[in-house]
Amino acid sequence: MISIKGLSKVFRTKHQEVRAVDDLSLQIKKGEIYGVIGYSGAGKSTFIRLLNRLEDPTDGKVTIDDQELTSLNKGKLREARQEIGMIFQHFNLLWSRTVHDNIAFPLEIAGVPKSERTKRVNELIDLVGLSGRGNSYPSQLSGGQKQRVGIARALANKPKVLLCDEATSALDPETTDSILDLLVDINEKLGLTIVLITHEMHVIRKICHQVAVMEQGKIVEQGDVLDVFLYPKEKVTKKFVDQVMGDPEREHSLQLIKDTYKTGEILRLHFVGENTNQALISEVSRKFVLDVNILHGKITQTQKGAYGTMFVQFLGEKEEITRAIEYIQSTSVEVEVSPDD
Amino acid sequence: MINQFFPNVTMDDLITATNETLYMTLISVAGTFILGLLLGLLLYLSGPGGLWHNKILNWITASVVNIFRAIPFIILILLLFPFTDFLIGTIRGPKAALPALIIGGAPFYARLVEIALKEVDKGVIEAAKSMGSKSSTLIFKVLLPESMPALVSGITVTAIALIGYTAVAGAIGAGGLGDFAYFYGFQRSDFDVVFICTILIVIIVFIFQFIGDFVSRKLDKR
Repeated sequence: MISIKGLSKVFRTKHQEVRAVDDLSLQIKKGEIYGVIGYSGAGKSTFIRLLNRLEDPTDGKVTIDDQELTSLNKGKLREARQEIGMIFQHFNLLWSRTVHDNIAFPLEIAGVPKSERTKRVNELIDLVGLSGRGNSYPSQLSGGQKQRVGIARALANKPKVLLCDEATSALDPETTDSILDLLVDINEKLGLTIVLITHEMHVIRKICHQVAVMEQGKIVEQGDVLDVFLYPKEKVTKKFVDQVMGDPEREHSLQLIKDTYKTGEILRLHFVGENTNQALISEVSRKFVLDVNILHGKITQTQKGAYGTMFVQFLGEKEEITRAIEYIQSTSVEVEVSPDD
Repeated sequence: MINQFFPNVTMDDLITATNETLYMTLISVAGTFILGLLLGLLLYLSGPGGLWHNKILNWITASVVNIFRAIPFIILILLLFPFTDFLIGTIRGPKAALPALIIGGAPFYARLVEIALKEVDKGVIEAAKSMGSKSSTLIFKVLLPESMPALVSGITVTAIALIGYTAVAGAIGAGGLGDFAYFYGFQRSDFDVVFICTILIVIIVFIFQFIGDFVSRKLDKR
C-alpha cells in the first residue's frame, strides 16, 4: 500500500548539513497499524512529513496506493493530500471555528456541498464520541477531546491513510489509552492504514502490528511488534522494550529468588504472543498435585497476544513436577527449568 | 450652557467640524484597513518561511512600507499635493485629506498586520496544508480568521493615530476639529474653542477604543 524507496531529506544550513532522513526504505501493508519509534532528533518527525510532502524529499520515492507522491505537481499533490489524513501532537485545530466547523474544514477544501458536509460532520462527531459538542470551541475542550476533533477532521474526506505525528504525546496516560482505543477502533471499522510516530513504546505495544525503530535518520530494526519485543537486537530497541517491561535487572532478582526459595523447582515461563494458554498457571495447578508459587514477572498485552516472562516455584512430588513441566512444554509457552542467567 | 462656558463656540460650526473629522476618520480607516491588509499580507507571505517566499518582492514591499512610515505626516501631505489634486481635483477640504491619511496610515497598519499574521500557529497552517488547502483557502480561511482579534486591535490603534492625523491635516486646511481649533480657536486666541475641540477628539478616541476592544474580545474564542 505504501512503498518508500531510498527516501532522504537533507537540511542544509550555512555551517552544516543534517541528514534528517537517510536512505530509508519501507513497505507498509494495507490495513496495518505501522509504528515508527525513536528518540527526539531521530528524524521520525521529518519522516512522517515526507509521506505527505509537507517536507519535500531530497531524494527517493514515496508511493501510496500506486500513486507516486514524489512526482506529483502542486495541484495533483493537493488532491492526493485530501486522501491522506493527518493528526498532530498539538492537535492544530482552528480556535476560531467550532468543533463542527473544524471537522467541516477539509470538506470545504474538497468542495463538498453544504448539506452533505453537515451530514458527514455529524456522522464523524458520533464516530469519535463527541456527540453534543459540535457547537463548542476548541478552547472549551480537554486535550483528549481536542485530539478526537483532530481525528474526526482527519477522517472527514475518507482517507486511505492516517498519519499520526506524536498524536498522544501531549496527553495524560489515561487519555492516551482512550485515544489509542479509538485509533484501533477506526483501523478495524474502516480498514484504514495508520502510520504513527512516537517515542513511547507503550503506544507501539498497545496498538501497532508492525514497528520500525529509527535512529539518526535510519531504520535500525523493524518487524512484527512481538518479534521486536522478544528479540530486540539493537541497543536502542532494548531500551525501548525496557520502557514497557521495566528494567528487569534479571540476574539480581533471579539470585534473590534462588536464595529465598530453595525447595521445589524454579521455572521461568515465557509467554510469546499467547492467546490460548493465558490461563496456564491455573490449569497446571488443577491438573497436577502441585502448589504453584508466583515469584516475579510481568505480562503485557500486545495486538498479537500476551507477552512477558514469569518466574514460578513448583512445590510437590518430584514426578508430579516433571509431568507438569512436560505438559507446559507441550503448549506454546516456553519453559526454562532452574534458569541460570 | 455651552454658551456660558464656551462663549466663542457656535454650535453649527462645531457640528460641521465634528462631522468632517468623523468622515475623514471613517473613510481613511476603511481605506487603511484594505491597503494595510494587502501590504501586510504581502510582507508576511513573501517573508522568510512564507507561502510565497520571495526575497525581491519582500525587499520591495518592506522598502515602500519603511519609506512611507519614515516621512513625517505633515510633509507627506505636502508631497502628495500634486497627486491629491490629480485624484480629487482640489487640495482643500476633508476629501482632499483622504489620500494622505490612507497612504500615511496603511504602512503603519501593514506592520501590525504582519505581526498579527506571524502569531498564527504554524501547526494550524501545516494542518491546513496537509488537508490540501490552496493558497487562497489558507489566506481567507486560516490566516485571516485566526489573526482577526489582533487585526482588529491593530486597526483600533491605527484609527486613533489617524484621528490625530486628521487634526494635523486640519491645520493646513482639511477641515474638521483640528482645522476648527487652529483657525477659529488658536489664531483668534479663543481658547475655549481649542478646549472644546480637544474634548470632542478625546471622546471620539475613547469611542473608537471602546468599540475596538469590544469587537476584538467578541471575536477571540481562544
